[in-house]
Amino acid sequence: MSDPSPQTTVHRTARDAELARGATRTVALIGNPNTGKTSLFNALTGFSRHVANYPGVTVEVASGRIRGCDAPIELLDLPGTYSLAARSPDEQIVADAVWGRLAARPRPDALLVIVDACNLQRNLYLLSQALELELPVVVAVNMIDLAAARGLRIDFELLAQRLGVPAIPVVAVHPATIMPLVVALQRATAAAPTHPQPPIDARLAEACRGLALGDRTLRPAEALRVLADRDGQERARYLASGGSMAALDAARERLFAAGIDPAVAEVRGRYAWVDRVLNGVVTQPARPILTWSDRLDHVLTHKVWGPVVLFGVLFVLFQAIFPWAKPLMEQIEAGFDLLGRAAGAWLPEGALRSLVVDGVIAGVAGVLVFLPQIMILFAFIAVLEDCGYMTRAAHLMDRVMRGIGLSGRALIPLLSSFACAVPAIMGARVIADRRERFLTIMIAPFMSCSARLPVYVLMIAAFVPERGVLGGWVGLQGLVMLAMYLVGVVVAIPVAWLLKRTVLAGPASGFVLELPSYKVPGLRAMWQRMYFAARSFIIRAGSVILVVNLVVWALAYFPRDARVAERLSQQAAAEGWGEAQLESALAGAWLRESYLGRAGHAIEPVLAPLGWDWRIGVGVIASFPAREVIVATLGTVFNLGAGEDETSEPLRDALSAARWPDGRPLFTLPVALSIMVFFALCAQCASTLAVIARETGSWGWAALSFFSMTTIAYFAAWGVSAGASAAGL
Amino acid sequence: MSLARAPLSTSLRIRAVRHDGPVGVRLMEMGLIEGAIVQVLGRAPLGDPLRVRLGTCELSLRGSEAELVDIVRE
Repeated sequence: MSDPSPQTTVHRTARDAELARGATRTVALIGNPNTGKTSLFNALTGFSRHVANYPGVTVEVASGRIRGCDAPIELLDLPGTYSLAARSPDEQIVADAVWGRLAARPRPDALLVIVDACNLQRNLYLLSQALELELPVVVAVNMIDLAAARGLRIDFELLAQRLGVPAIPVVAVHPATIMPLVVALQRATAAAPTHPQPPIDARLAEACRGLALGDRTLRPAEALRVLADRDGQERARYLASGGSMAALDAARERLFAAGIDPAVAEVRGRYAWVDRVLNGVVTQPARPILTWSDRLDHVLTHKVWGPVVLFGVLFVLFQAIFPWAKPLMEQIEAGFDLLGRAAGAWLPEGALRSLVVDGVIAGVAGVLVFLPQIMILFAFIAVLEDCGYMTRAAHLMDRVMRGIGLSGRALIPLLSSFACAVPAIMGARVIADRRERFLTIMIAPFMSCSARLPVYVLMIAAFVPERGVLGGWVGLQGLVMLAMYLVGVVVAIPVAWLLKRTVLAGPASGFVLELPSYKVPGLRAMWQRMYFAARSFIIRAGSVILVVNLVVWALAYFPRDARVAERLSQQAAAEGWGEAQLESALAGAWLRESYLGRAGHAIEPVLAPLGWDWRIGVGVIASFPAREVIVATLGTVFNLGAGEDETSEPLRDALSAARWPDGRPLFTLPVALSIMVFFALCAQCASTLAVIARETGSWGWAALSFFSMTTIAYFAAWGVSAGASAAGL
Repeated sequence: MSLARAPLSTSLRIRAVRHDGPVGVRLMEMGLIEGAIVQVLGRAPLGDPLRVRLGTCELSLRGSEAELVDIVRE
């Protein structure tokens, strides 16, 4: 190993003093996508991570304590990246983390770079950048078993010797193989970096040093990022931190005058270094060995069989979700029903009982009932992503998605949007192109999420006849359900087309996607994904939705004028009503006179063209913050007391029995269809709007989403109502 | 000849990559640099994107990106 270069020891003195006092050391885990980074993180930390993660496997920066070492070491799990020259927000997180620019996180004390043994050449590109960061580096060479299967022989000793850092062979999915890695990490975090830096083009290196010399806060490797910047972000950051524009422009001009494009020279220089390092380290087989993964790909990416298999997979996914979730959903409902009864019996009659039973328990139950579906969907997504099939799906669908200005990359977030738009919108961070990412975010809420399901189930069960069509092979109810899922997709296409030609106009983005070898998905990783999906959903149910429910409850409960009760009891006494009849009439009267009821009456003229009355209006208003509120609200509105779930017989009967003042039935098939279409398209989700605002960095996009979706929903509901009435349904 | 029009299952050597835009540099970062050996394995249903083997890894490349890569038969 060579002596440390002088610049590797600067900038570390303050942190060294902290570490001498026994502070926890931090190691950042970086690597290309599909190198088994999450598996290695899990193996090192024993599945303990501190931040919820969403589709894209590692979108948030998660961290965990490494097990089995004497001094405490915290491991930072960062998104996969091919280069520290960041292009997507995900890649920017990595670049920011390794430079210590992430808010509330100190700069890591060492780097753990995971490389794929099968693709050392490309993986060493990122490593060559990591070696310049003036931090100790440990290399984990993962998937050595797959490399052996491909006939690759790797000389690890020679590799470590050439790199000047430990290069440790591991199989991340077998945690027993990682002990040497823990030892190496402990050693690395306790010492200053000693490895040589990979040489790049001499004139480029000189320009980097020159730029860094004129600016005390700029390290040479950072200067390279600024010089090789393509999209202006690094340049803007450099200028914002007080860098000299004159010095930068002069340095760039000198390089270009000498025929050196910094970005290109960097790539060429690094790959030349990689070739020198790997020469004699990796021995390829005389003829490439075809693995089962290659053979599988012949079928799964085949022009004809590929799409057939893809649609088969999606069909099974959506067919499986409902029947598999049903028994669990019934358990949850029964449990909350018992809880509600117990609380109802225990609490005295009045506002408090109503608050606890109708507001809190019924509200939380109405949301938690979707937990099984969400977990099943996330299990499917985890398995499809983990085994490598998702990238094939993106490859197959890219040409189709391009028609609406998206790429195959948007497929995964859009598919997960069928469970919930919130993680889907966060999952869009893997898309590098800003316009494409925003477009994905804007159309994700159109996909029918699981919160729309109760409306569909309620309306279909109550108003769509249970009979077969197409010779009895296909159930009409199931067909209507499928149509509801298609409505969102069909409407999303022209919306995307329009956005792409107006606010998000611009040239098509690039699409380079790695198709990793297939592998057997890990069960534990799947459980982990299900667990985090469930946890974030429960937290959401326990916070946003609960608060909304309480507000809706209060608006539906107050002002409770005592004169209403007086008037009704006199009427009951005069007409000889039973107690049940009085109670039911009273509940209806309370609601009519409540703030929410008055709001429903106020918007009735707007709803009249749709064939809706004020009671449906109340349900719609109440469900703007969270659409799953509608079932409980309709239960309250139609005199049943809150706490109805969508399959309960009385609510269905009550809806069928609901009448206009002139005696016509309120819920006809056209009305039921228009309600479903309205809920399929309307932006009734505060969480989604909040996450749109956060991910786009502006409330303007959230406002655009809200107003466009609500307008589209209103007119689509109108069209369906009018069309179905005209067709005599 | 550009990679977009290359014959299937033939060993090809990259002669140059057009790198005046950000996409070209990203292709180079992914390992599509001068001298690398590639092979077009197949095309997606509508003829695009291409499935390309580069060393031991496989990439999905759009035709418009493959256009940037100039190749010669090995």
